[in-house]
Amino acid sequence: MLYAVLCYHNEAVTEAWSKAEDDAVMTRLAAVQEPLARQGKIGPVARLLPTTAATTLRSGVGEPLVIDGPFAETKEQLLGFYTFDCASLEEVLDIVRDLARANPGGSYEIRPIRIFKPGTAGS
Amino acid sequence: MTDLAWIDTAFASARPQALGALLRYFRDLDTAEEAFQEACLRALKTWPQKGPPRDPAAWLIFVGRNAALDSVRRGRKQEPLPPDELLSDLGDAEADMAERLDGAEYRDDILRLLFICCHPDLPATQQIALALRIVSGLSVRQIARAFLVGESAMEQRITRAKGKVANAGVPFETPGAPERAQRLAMVAAMIYLVFNEGYSAANSEEAPLRAPLCDEAIRLARLLLRLFPAEPEIMGLTALMLLQHSRAPARFDDEGSIVLLEDQDRSLWNRAMIAEGLALIDKAIRHRSPGPYQVQAAIAALHARATRAQDTDWAQIDMLYATLERLQPSPVVTLNRAVAVAKLHGAEAALELIEPLAPRLSGYFYFFGVRGALLQQLGRAGEAREAFNQAIALANTAAEAAHIRMHLDRLQQDGTAEAG
Repeated sequence: MLYAVLCYHNEAVTEAWSKAEDDAVMTRLAAVQEPLARQGKIGPVARLLPTTAATTLRSGVGEPLVIDGPFAETKEQLLGFYTFDCASLEEVLDIVRDLARANPGGSYEIRPIRIFKPGTAGS
Repeated sequence: MTDLAWIDTAFASARPQALGALLRYFRDLDTAEEAFQEACLRALKTWPQKGPPRDPAAWLIFVGRNAALDSVRRGRKQEPLPPDELLSDLGDAEADMAERLDGAEYRDDILRLLFICCHPDLPATQQIALALRIVSGLSVRQIARAFLVGESAMEQRITRAKGKVANAGVPFETPGAPERAQRLAMVAAMIYLVFNEGYSAANSEEAPLRAPLCDEAIRLARLLLRLFPAEPEIMGLTALMLLQHSRAPARFDDEGSIVLLEDQDRSLWNRAMIAEGLALIDKAIRHRSPGPYQVQAAIAALHARATRAQDTDWAQIDMLYATLERLQPSPVVTLNRAVAVAKLHGAEAALELIEPLAPRLSGYFYFFGVRGALLQQLGRAGEAREAFNQAIALANTAAEAAHIRMHLDRLQQDGTAEAG
């Protein structure tokens, strides 16, 4: 089963990281991903730019509305996502526990994927 | 990461909101700072065991406010302090606080906190120091290092600035739309000052000491943009700083000398900063409400988009400088435009453009540097040498002077070659 793991955190916190801290977190996360990549369990991974760089197109009746920023004002923002190919939820949870240890704070939403088209952009 | 590291990060990110709210309660900067300090001390006692609260800012506001009120009450010999166990388990109170904090109120709190640092009576250096101390929470030592001054001098500067702010009276009424727009513009200018203080490093030795000011300015701009997500000039400011700072790794060579934009190794530019800057300028342009920061960011974006220096879209840059001249007329803008004009129409045209600026820029290093370079291109070596000598006399830093001397040496060599 394919799973998306959506990473939420308060971006005011991640932006307060120093360059050294940020680099250290990225190195620890890479170490978690590396064996998974060798086993072919990991799909596309993305770290998103801050929500200040985001634009939302809200579709309704008539012309869609384009607004600045993410649609929902929340304490935690979607800052990135992983995709994994795992046999069970337990297996994904083990991976996400490792990710959470490597990068404490925030929350991870585990969502089984219904349609997956990895595409080729950016690869 | 050690326990203290995540707590420090939590304090830094919660600080503007928490201190801003405490300032609103107590209407006094010193009391607000003490309350915040006290809340942080209590957090250090309880968070390591209990983990971070769901909303650290709300926790710090609640605890800070109670602690400050208690110290007032203790003066009147009333209730004792509640035990730490009660404070650390705020549950409903925290949710209630977060509820009340939502929306516009804390937005104005943070804006006010930034705004008091921009008091017109404060010289730029004091505005910057105050903002870094109060809003960013940098230590006096860190700020002194970035300003390349002693700690006690910086301490004095900050104390003086705080005194002026206290005497001036802080505006606590909720601002109306025009006041808010005005505050926003002043805060934006102050943030750009912080950035420039960091960006104006004279050589590669100073650069790492000052770079934190650039990072901090960008963090403040992102904070402001989160509060005012649809303000195109704040997008422009953030983009401008990101795009300029993206070139930091390429601005100096191994000897510490300045490397001009067209000679920089573009593979060293920070791609993540460029991506964010370009995304922001794209968003800003959609608002069709151009302003000086957006135009400057758009110019920086054209440089960022050029894979090689010779791919630079100088025609577009010339047009943007023309727009900037209209929005913010200044001889310095025209001087910058001359560089684009020289690329497009040759040195003669550029020289014609800057000649009328001479009386107003007679004390400006960069004017004589550009003039010398243009004259040099036209083969007017004698006049070029004269302009370069004037530039050296006006140079602010040794690196600037060294850069011009390099031009002079080149003139000298050309002259020798011609003679020989």
